[in-house]
Amino acid sequence: MIAAVRKGIIAFGHFWWDFLIGDTPELALATGVIIGVAFLLAGSRWAGAIILPGLATVFLLLSVLRGRRRAPGG
Amino acid sequence: MHTSSTLVLVLAVFAASLVEMVEALTIVVAAGVSRGWRSALEGAVAAAAVLGVLVLAVGVPLIRYVPIDALRVVVGALLLVLGLSWLRKAILRASGHKDLHDEDKIYADTVAELSSDHDGTPAKPDKGRDGVGFAVAFKGVFLEGMEVVLIVISLGAAQNRLGLAALAAGAAVVLVGIVGLLMARQLSEVPENTIKTLVGVMLTSFGVFWVGEGAGVKWPGSDLAIPVLAGFFVVVYFAMTAFMRAKLPAPTVQVEGVTS
Repeated sequence: MIAAVRKGIIAFGHFWWDFLIGDTPELALATGVIIGVAFLLAGSRWAGAIILPGLATVFLLLSVLRGRRRAPGG
Repeated sequence: MHTSSTLVLVLAVFAASLVEMVEALTIVVAAGVSRGWRSALEGAVAAAAVLGVLVLAVGVPLIRYVPIDALRVVVGALLLVLGLSWLRKAILRASGHKDLHDEDKIYADTVAELSSDHDGTPAKPDKGRDGVGFAVAFKGVFLEGMEVVLIVISLGAAQNRLGLAALAAGAAVVLVGIVGLLMARQLSEVPENTIKTLVGVMLTSFGVFWVGEGAGVKWPGSDLAIPVLAGFFVVVYFAMTAFMRAKLPAPTVQVEGVTS
């Protein structure tokens, strides 16, 4: 019984680890940074509307560059 | 809540469910063909029922008991992780840096795997129950459906439209089921990468919007900012894809005299 519960908890943890971090930890980091900046920009209008999507774009570009295929030895 | 954001919510949930259910259907059809339809369909229906219960069990308490601003930040974070990840894959696939999702290959692999038992003898699909067929279909629908459940709960809870989000997901499941019955194995005809791009754009837009809204950012135009954000991320998708194709093309791979 305890072993089954333990197995279930581990499987649950693996699911969330794969879902949130997986092979793109930079996107989890991006989300954390965007949340932090959003709280710093609380009450703003245009600053938030420009900076938040801009940050998402920068992190997306970095993640795409990290995930690209490289020539062997390149 | 503006009509535009409701429309984007329905579209996002519907498209996400469509893509995930096509993947699930591939596995169910493969299990049905190789292990018998009864067990495969029972497995699929059982998984769909468990997913439905999950939406009710997690979604309803979230809406009732969690403060809306905290909920929006958490939901926005989940949508951002998911949306950025889908958008990243879509850009890499469109620029040739990642292989396209091949439903035909998944189908062939699953049928081959299920067509023989572990000792190498061919399986004999019959009209009775088959544990392997049930388990494979259940797992396929459950795992693919979990992402849909997260999207339904996230978008539905943040906009207080859980019923509408669940309805949009249900409509996609019914549509895929009907098309699956009619087309059976022509699942590769579904323009999956295009739909995934669309979903990635919408989830990222909702994610940025809800994180900002929950943290206290006053979006110009309120909810109308969502379609504007979606338009912005569509431009980002095309710009990054064009940049990758032009400046950082995927290297050609030489395989036994064939270039790919």
